[in-house]
Amino acid sequence: MTAGWTVWLEDAAHWFGLQGLDPYTLLTFVLMGVLTMVARSFFFIPEGEWTLPAWAQRGLNYAPIAALTAVVVPEVVLTQGRFISTLEDARLVAMAAGALYFFWRNGRGQAVLGTIVAGMAVYLPLHIGLGW
Amino acid sequence: MFWHAPYYRHPCFREGAIAQLGIAPGVAAWGLMTGVAMVKLGLGVTASVVMTLVVFAGSAQLAAIPPLLGGAPMWVVLVTAFCVNLRFVVFSAHLRRYMMHLPRWHRLTMGYLSGDLPYVLFVQRFPEPAQDEPGRLEQMAYLCALGSTNWATWLVFNLSGVLLAQWIPSSWGFGFAGVLALSGLLWSLADTRLRLISAAAAGVAAVLAVGLPLKLNILVAIAMAVALCLALEKHVDRVTEVEAL
Repeated sequence: MTAGWTVWLEDAAHWFGLQGLDPYTLLTFVLMGVLTMVARSFFFIPEGEWTLPAWAQRGLNYAPIAALTAVVVPEVVLTQGRFISTLEDARLVAMAAGALYFFWRNGRGQAVLGTIVAGMAVYLPLHIGLGW
Repeated sequence: MFWHAPYYRHPCFREGAIAQLGIAPGVAAWGLMTGVAMVKLGLGVTASVVMTLVVFAGSAQLAAIPPLLGGAPMWVVLVTAFCVNLRFVVFSAHLRRYMMHLPRWHRLTMGYLSGDLPYVLFVQRFPEPAQDEPGRLEQMAYLCALGSTNWATWLVFNLSGVLLAQWIPSSWGFGFAGVLALSGLLWSLADTRLRLISAAAAGVAAVLAVGLPLKLNILVAIAMAVALCLALEKHVDRVTEVEAL
């Protein structure tokens, strides 16, 4: 027996020209999209007067930089989940080059853009050329 | 609703779009390589296109593909995606005071668009929520510009990655531009002693906890860094005062 929503989804998928996608997978993706929205809006979904305690509010000032470092550092110092054993690593050199550019520019203008460009200008030759 | 004239005609909209365009090469390279990785993990092109259009969360997309293709129950796939997205729950707590004047659907749309980079750029530009109506409009125009520019960049390049996957070898490492974009933002946030401590603690914790599944090391690192900074606040303030004297 086929559930009603499956037929409906099949029709919808067909209409969009997506014959290759089964309704189950489509439903999974839609729910994942809803979860993206829920996660990013989590604390401002409910209405009403409610504020975080003052300490938590202050603590959140340290969250953005912590989140960035938590993503960046493992990407640079780990290979396949293990600590790198050599300094001949294109990622380290590129990260240093990017930082040099950023602090040379004192963070002004499009300094982040320059960090990306300077870093990649060092990274790509070392990585593709020398296999670092 | 969210894409309305008071936002995109506001001078701050332009400013936000320019700020987001400054890190667009990082977003683009990262989106491109995410698209390539999705197809190389074995997800079909149609499925990859739909996933890209609907889910809009790079690391959650990649994390959910293995259980999805492995035939895991749907709830496992969804829990996987949500866990990888947990850092956004923390960001939403931070954004709440900026957002509550908007109607709910409007907030949800803005939330959907507020990925990592728009969030960081936004709270950096506006450390405190506005107290009056013009100020709120200015802030929301800026956030809307960041979010929609980021969304458009991500979508275009993620889809390109999906469609061009067979011609782009992952071994070239273009995706590293995304890490460099994050590092540039990281340098720009490192303006107080406590934030430097937060960064150092989070970096160490994220490496030590890297064995955790679902990228939970990122969440652990944020929690540890914030807790450490809160514990050190008074002490570090005193040190800074002494130095200022």
